[in-house]
Amino acid sequence: MSTATTTTSQKHKLSPEQIEAFGKELDDLRARIVADLGEKDADYIRDIVNKQKKLEVAGRALLWAGWFPPAWIAGVTALSLSKIIDNMEIGHNVMHGQYDFMNDPQFTAKNFDWDNTIHADSWLYTHNYVHHTFTNIVGKDHDATGYGVIRVTEEQPWHPIWLLNPIFCGTLQVLFQWGTAIQELESEKFFRGEKSWAEMKPGLKRFREKAGKQALKDYALFPLLSGPFAPFAFAGNMAANLVRNLWSSSVIWCGHFPEGAETFSIEETEDESHAEWYYRQILGSANFTGSHLVDVLSGNLSYQIEHHLFPDIPAYRYKEIAIEVREICERYGIRYNEAPMAKQLWSVWKQVFKLTLPDSTYTQGPLAGLREALTFPFRAKQDENARDEQHVVAEAAAA
Amino acid sequence: MSRMQMLTSSRMGRRFLDSSFAAALATPHGVDRYVEMVDPLWSRTETRAEITDVERKTADSVTLTLRPNENWAGFKAGQFVKLSVEIDGVRRTRCYSPANSQFRKDGKIELTIKVDPKGLVSPWLLANARPGMIVQISPAQGEFHIPLPHPRSILLISGGSGITPVMSMLRTLTDRAYIGKVTFLHYAFTEDDVIYRDELAEIEAKYEGVRIIRAYTNADNGDLQGFFSKEHLVAADKHFAEAETYLCGPMPLMDGVRAVFEAEGISDRLHLEQFAAPTRTVPTDEATGELTFSASGEKADNNGQTILEQAEAAGLTPDYGCRIGICNACVSTKLSGITRNVLTGELNTDNDVNIKPCISAPCGDVSIDL
Ligand code: FES
Repeated sequence: MSTATTTTSQKHKLSPEQIEAFGKELDDLRARIVADLGEKDADYIRDIVNKQKKLEVAGRALLWAGWFPPAWIAGVTALSLSKIIDNMEIGHNVMHGQYDFMNDPQFTAKNFDWDNTIHADSWLYTHNYVHHTFTNIVGKDHDATGYGVIRVTEEQPWHPIWLLNPIFCGTLQVLFQWGTAIQELESEKFFRGEKSWAEMKPGLKRFREKAGKQALKDYALFPLLSGPFAPFAFAGNMAANLVRNLWSSSVIWCGHFPEGAETFSIEETEDESHAEWYYRQILGSANFTGSHLVDVLSGNLSYQIEHHLFPDIPAYRYKEIAIEVREICERYGIRYNEAPMAKQLWSVWKQVFKLTLPDSTYTQGPLAGLREALTFPFRAKQDENARDEQHVVAEAAAA
Repeated sequence: MSRMQMLTSSRMGRRFLDSSFAAALATPHGVDRYVEMVDPLWSRTETRAEITDVERKTADSVTLTLRPNENWAGFKAGQFVKLSVEIDGVRRTRCYSPANSQFRKDGKIELTIKVDPKGLVSPWLLANARPGMIVQISPAQGEFHIPLPHPRSILLISGGSGITPVMSMLRTLTDRAYIGKVTFLHYAFTEDDVIYRDELAEIEAKYEGVRIIRAYTNADNGDLQGFFSKEHLVAADKHFAEAETYLCGPMPLMDGVRAVFEAEGISDRLHLEQFAAPTRTVPTDEATGELTFSASGEKADNNGQTILEQAEAAGLTPDYGCRIGICNACVSTKLSGITRNVLTGELNTDNDVNIKPCISAPCGDVSIDL
């Protein structure tokens, strides 16, 4: 199985011995980096936090004078950068436990929270656990199937609703922090009737708690402090949140959705070994290239492959790790998906548009696609009946 | 003091910074994160202290004077604090007893640290501690202190660097013009190894009710010579059975005293503080020792499985996600003991550190905050 655009799947090209040898090399690489962690890394994260705090204070102060257009623009810029750095290079990485080795409560995953509407606990579950353990397994990794609201792989069956795919995708980018804030609810399951209201409650409580505080701060308290100029501060905060949403979602889209990033089925990943897990992380992820600033602002998720191999190693180290990972991949003939950021993003959007139409449009021609679309309601009914029948047969067999 | 510092330390400034309004503005990071931009000592959540003085009283010890921030709630003479310093980017925590009177006027804390050449933190402090450095301390902990009202007769016994908690007791008692009887029996190799030698002499001269007995194990110019024995005890205080005894020192001394008190049937009069040096047993493949889940009070005999599995077997329900060391859901604080990373075989010998119970197995006795 593969994504919509991967024609030749890479999977299971290596022999079991090769896979184990490859896993061993990555383990050794990891051990070397872990042994080297220390003061340099502690200094790095403290320095980033100091810069981020200064940007934040400057942004808030400038927006206080937001009635003056240059101050507003500078304020939005500073606050956007602050939020981006807070979420990407600090929050995402600290909450992965990358700095737990410092034993400093300020930098441990358990204690950290970020300037974002998603509750830290909720993120630790959806991202740290679900996404990083079951990366790109359709049916297990909620991210792999476009968070249930975008169609990013053929593995998600076509439905007429996907005609709106680009709109869903764009909307999710604009509202990204809110989308992730409710991701743990998997509310699409609720609407399909697969999940009860009671099951939604704990997640909703976490959402209210965290998002409420964030909204209060950005949309009420700080504007209030600006007195008569409150609307400028309000708009400034909104703009900064929007910039952060567009940027961070773009970075994340580039990590697993571009052409060449593979998805996996539950069956083929059963009984996976540690080395095979590494293998899947590489095949399912994609890097993008850019300047040093782009690396910092993306929380070094420009090295998504390295991040997925070693999610708990300080992210700014991925750059040095990448040299070796790429070399290992070359030797084992494993695809290492890397392209400039613009190209990866373009590839994602191309995919999003392409997947609006039924898959037969591309395999059998536009007419076939049109036929598939028009007969959809009828086929859906048929499929349902077939499923029911299968069920009856299976039950009879079991009995 | 800058103007911002005045703001953070003035009462009105503190009222504002403690308000829910300030907290709401600083969400989710908390007010501390911004105030420490101005004054690193200022924190609402951490007890931080500035080192104001560094003294080397003997060849193998370093004495630090700390000025704690206002989160410090004081201590009772005999208690200990956990001192944390950052070495190579990693925060290391060790227990030390303040040696000063609990009523010391300037509110500072005095820690005398014996240097263990094989250790990590004490040699580092000896080499690197300097005035102006900021460190973290915990609130005072421990049951080793003199109860109120004070007993009429008190016997203090210490050896080597074990002097610090009992020195604190002695200073506190004299500070408060205690009118009972205090006998202080201290063991050292030689006269030069007595950390508070001059001050002990001063106290002895000044207070009638205080008797100081110096016992040297490697020299014969003390009041007593050699290692602890019942004879020493009788020589120090004939009526030792009527006193409440407070003891802190190396293991052989502690064992010796304990044996005598047990033989006399007065173990309930003996109070002791044990700073056992971290036991560095070489782990074998056999599972030995006891696993203590300190938060829930459960205990289990180490069966060699991961800590997560053993916790679950003991009926606890700790957090977990992946169970293969990726997701961090299970991370907990190891309070003491040695653990082995089951994936890499690496040993973790430090106390008060984060570990992942899903991929850590205990080697010998381990205490974990679960
Ligand atoms: S359960 Fe995921 S790291 Fe331990």
